[in-house]
Amino acid sequence: MHKAPKALRLLDGVSVLLLVVATGMVFLYAPVERTMGLVQKVFYFHVSANWIGMLGFLVAAVAGGIYLARGNRFWDVLEVAAVEIGLVFSLIGIVTGSIWARPIWNTWWTWDPRLVTVAVMELIYIAYFMLRQGIEDPERRARYAAVYAIVGFLSVPLTFLSIRFYRSIHPVVITSSSAQLSPKMFQTFMFSLFTFTVLFVDLLWHRLRLGLLSEQVERLRMKLSE
Amino acid sequence: MTDSSPPLIQVTGLVKRFGLKTVLRGVNFTAARGEFVALLGPNGAGKTTFLRILASLSRPNAGEIRVAGHRLPQQAAAVRRRLGVVSHQPLLYGDLTAEENLRFYGRLYAVPEAEARIAELLRLVGLYRRRRDLVRTYSRGMQQRLAIARAILHDPEVLLLDEPYTGLDQDASAMLDDVLRQVASQGRTVVMTSHDLSRIALLASRFDVLARGRIAASVSRSEIADTELLAFYRAAVEAPAEEVRP
Amino acid sequence: MSAASRERTSLWRATRAIVWKDLTAELRSRELLSAMLVFALLVILSFNFALDLDPKTRGSVTSGVLWVTFIFAGTLGLNRSMAVEKDRGCLDGLLLAPMDRSAIYFGKSVANLAFMLIVEAVVLPLYSLLYNVNLFRPGLLLMILLGSVGYVAVGTLLSSMAVQARTRDMLLPILLFPVTLPVLIAAVKGSAGFLSGLPLTDIQPWINLLLVYDVIFVAIAFIVFDYVVEE
Repeated sequence: MHKAPKALRLLDGVSVLLLVVATGMVFLYAPVERTMGLVQKVFYFHVSANWIGMLGFLVAAVAGGIYLARGNRFWDVLEVAAVEIGLVFSLIGIVTGSIWARPIWNTWWTWDPRLVTVAVMELIYIAYFMLRQGIEDPERRARYAAVYAIVGFLSVPLTFLSIRFYRSIHPVVITSSSAQLSPKMFQTFMFSLFTFTVLFVDLLWHRLRLGLLSEQVERLRMKLSE
Repeated sequence: MTDSSPPLIQVTGLVKRFGLKTVLRGVNFTAARGEFVALLGPNGAGKTTFLRILASLSRPNAGEIRVAGHRLPQQAAAVRRRLGVVSHQPLLYGDLTAEENLRFYGRLYAVPEAEARIAELLRLVGLYRRRRDLVRTYSRGMQQRLAIARAILHDPEVLLLDEPYTGLDQDASAMLDDVLRQVASQGRTVVMTSHDLSRIALLASRFDVLARGRIAASVSRSEIADTELLAFYRAAVEAPAEEVRP
Repeated sequence: MSAASRERTSLWRATRAIVWKDLTAELRSRELLSAMLVFALLVILSFNFALDLDPKTRGSVTSGVLWVTFIFAGTLGLNRSMAVEKDRGCLDGLLLAPMDRSAIYFGKSVANLAFMLIVEAVVLPLYSLLYNVNLFRPGLLLMILLGSVGYVAVGTLLSSMAVQARTRDMLLPILLFPVTLPVLIAAVKGSAGFLSGLPLTDIQPWINLLLVYDVIFVAIAFIVFDYVVEE
């Protein structure tokens, strides 16, 4: 069994540490919000998760572009890894959004533009995997997936803008943004964001290694059967 | 039949992989101007793959290819102009008439004086009387003949045919023979794959066998009697792969 | 004889040829158009009973009903248009031609757009008659044009990928809808704005959004199409 390189194992440790510290900050350092109470604390991880989901998508789109230009399978594996992890983080974002919304606005879902955009992004990710599943030739699969990762990512800002403008003419919608953040809250948020970013890189690296090793196994298996 | 000018098709060390499976493992192949090469081989040997690469429809993983003086895949556009392809499928639009199909391809290839050329070719393949009929109504044999007309519409120097006799009855096959003979006699270089050894024996000037990812054997028409062809083929397919320079 | 022809057939001529081919074939068989039209009418019928289309509420939903109809019918057309090329291997015929392959993208897109516009041109008067509402405002027609262009631009690209998959018919809508959501939103809101006589300044953002979308995605599709269509 290949052991993970030292840097990765170090990163694992750092990630866990950061996560612990971030959780501590959320519960102990950041003050309890006046109007929303304890449940507001979900916000730190909720927004961080959404941002990282989007980061995953960005990484995937860039990897896709590089794959199309160079044809090196490494970028395809990275792309899949980024989409998978982004999918998970976005899901966390959506679920924490629900947890937050329910006690405060008595609804499981707010049509907040950012939340809806993340949900649409999630659907694009899922469509991405369905596309991959439907194409048998590995090289064609990689090319098509790269194209869709790029097209999908480019549509996201436009989706956000269109929903945002849609919302602004329908004032009946709930706002879920905490406009004013006290300094401590802001620090907690930034630290959470940082933690999640490190966590993202850590998980991405692991998933990338897994993908590359898996390709290697396939290659060896092919060699044996010839 | 062959002349001493540089070969029209020159392939060296062609490798093609599909995912992790290697189909062509270093194919070497040449065809001189005016040669009619029959490419034989068992199912799955990679004949269609090879032809598709020559046709610029597929990219090789490694190897050097020159067709009609241009390199593939870098100069694919130049090659396409000099290439005519007949594949399993007729590449014809069922809802258009024979004439309209040829007119369409004539436009894509910017064929000069297209109408005259279309009429000439339809007469050549014996479809002039049914030129206004929808291709949907054509029998398989008629579609193949029209496909050949389509393939030589722009007067290509090289003609690639992939199993053109598939699904044809005796009469249709005989008609196809005639057409191919005429087409070949116009000095084109032809590479054709076929399962039908007897048919191909009458047309080809050279027989190559593709097996286990390489050209396993090659013999020219003059060196072998018709009766020995089957044995030659079997031997090439069963023998361990060895490179034979044509 | 062939020495007289230039190396590459021009993009314009090749695109025109492909558009001509698609239109001729379709106008002769009318399979695609009739399927799209019948489907569109069925969708409207379903909406008629699913939503309360009484005159008071109708105004606010007309635009939405129309656009959902167009999008669903559009999917049919997109799928079929590419399937024709793939199933008879005709795509190879196009790939073999000595021309810029973008001609395939532009040719198919223009043909797909034509089909979609034809369906829209039939649905609009029909809807007007059925629900006694005047749909012939130039603003609305503009939104329909812009929206259709964006939808077809992305749809043609994605259908050329979906058509290669086993799950071809199910896959196209799944790929297409999330990515064309901005088109749907902007087209619906813009159309509704024109129908209810809103001032142009209110509708302008939607028009701008559609324009931006159209430009970006036509450009992207054009750049990326080569990678999709080669083997």
